[in-house]
Amino acid sequence: MPNVITLEHIEKRFDSGLLALKDVSLQVESTEFISLLGPSGCGKSTVLRLAAGLERPSAGQISSPALSTQTVADTAFVFQDATLMPWASVFDNVWLPLRLAGTPRAQAAERVHAALQSVGLADFAQAFPSELSGGMKMRASIARALVTQPRVLLMDEPFAALDEFTRQKLNDDLLRWWQVRPLAVLFVTHSVFEAVYLSQRVLVMGARPGRVVAEVAITEPYPRQPAFRTSTRYAEACARISQALEAAQAVV
Amino acid sequence: MQRLILRLTPAFTVLALFAAWEAVVRLAHIPHYTLPAPSLVLQTLWSNFGSLAGSWWFTLKITFGALLLACAGGVLIAAVFALSRPVEVALFPIAVMLQVTPIVAVAPLILIYVESTTAALLLCAWIVAFFPILSNTVIGLRAADVHLRDLFRLYRATPLQRLRLLLVPSALPYFVAGLKISGGLSLIGAVTAEMVAGAAGRETGLASRILEASFRTETPKMFAALTLLVLTGVIIFWGFNALSRALLGRWHAAESTRFD
Repeated sequence: MPNVITLEHIEKRFDSGLLALKDVSLQVESTEFISLLGPSGCGKSTVLRLAAGLERPSAGQISSPALSTQTVADTAFVFQDATLMPWASVFDNVWLPLRLAGTPRAQAAERVHAALQSVGLADFAQAFPSELSGGMKMRASIARALVTQPRVLLMDEPFAALDEFTRQKLNDDLLRWWQVRPLAVLFVTHSVFEAVYLSQRVLVMGARPGRVVAEVAITEPYPRQPAFRTSTRYAEACARISQALEAAQAVV
Repeated sequence: MQRLILRLTPAFTVLALFAAWEAVVRLAHIPHYTLPAPSLVLQTLWSNFGSLAGSWWFTLKITFGALLLACAGGVLIAAVFALSRPVEVALFPIAVMLQVTPIVAVAPLILIYVESTTAALLLCAWIVAFFPILSNTVIGLRAADVHLRDLFRLYRATPLQRLRLLLVPSALPYFVAGLKISGGLSLIGAVTAEMVAGAAGRETGLASRILEASFRTETPKMFAALTLLVLTGVIIFWGFNALSRALLGRWHAAESTRFD
């Protein structure tokens, strides 16, 4: 499997002098689901922003579709809040990435409706964000991310602000979408359970300075069943990750 | 039914007030040069409408002319400020100085420096009206969501796309709020400046009519001119509220109803 994202010996120092990341290396294969897990301030969001080309590294090499000049809209980003434009309908919000690439409304309509259909918002194209629940807003945000059929999906704690039921439903749906159309997912979370349930690999990060302290492979096959959440394999994986997190914090 | 009653309440209040005023004037035999009854004010307004209408038109021209220039100037300067922080730091104090100086105090100077009275009045009203639009639009242009900004960068939006699809819509509620304040202020500015200027020149506005009537103790005529001014202010207020609802519509329901 070829790597779609590669970070080599990345160091990121902010203008304030804070060392956010030190010697971070990671590879994401083209259809891999990876979680970045760690305490707040460990720089996991910074890794995503670097991969999206929204930040420049202070040292090291990055290769990512967002940084290549010829491909546009190969990378999608989902934030913790849905980040919808409140003045635009759900349709117009999902249209945005295509619109910025120069696709007129009529030509984009089919793809926008397909994206809305896949996230279960087919009936809400004309609704405004203020009329949607938190979970539906996040669905619209994911539809916007998927509408360009990206090769890379970067998600920054996308379900952290949602209630537990909505979160589990969206976890299951996210895996379903990923299996229908495989792409590379880099998923930032601070929930051990979410990371284990979703990913093939979990990269555990430590803080001050941010670095990768452990890598745990989750071998459970897909599609993953809700019963996985109560299995011993799940509990063991969670325990190993929790130990790695504790070990990382003990160093500081 | 209850909503209808609620909607008509302001009209009832005003009518009740006028009825009470009429009753007090009649029962206490207050002379009309002290306090004219509403019926006499209306009658005066009717019989003098020919001469008052011309003045009303002049005041309207100054008010909306100043407001139009305040919009253009406020938005233009705000755009420059939003593009360049150093320019904002350098020029904002001047905008504040213009804002805090009482217009009554500078109007005589402006009348000396600007030859055309109409232009001087426009300038005075503009000084009063432009600041709320400027400061609100500056805040509005900066108010775009940081993650939406990131998204526009990720999808490589052109500067024009960023302006049209992100910055302008984000700034719109702020601009409209400024416009509502400036609408009232430009009328106040137009009248105040004309009060200071006195009844000079060929064309004069409602302020001059009030001053003239005051010199001749024609109190009913003062009230008639005042009625037109109040009417103008109320129409401006309603007009901009309606405009705000039309522009912001569904997406900023809170902003468009909060000040109604």
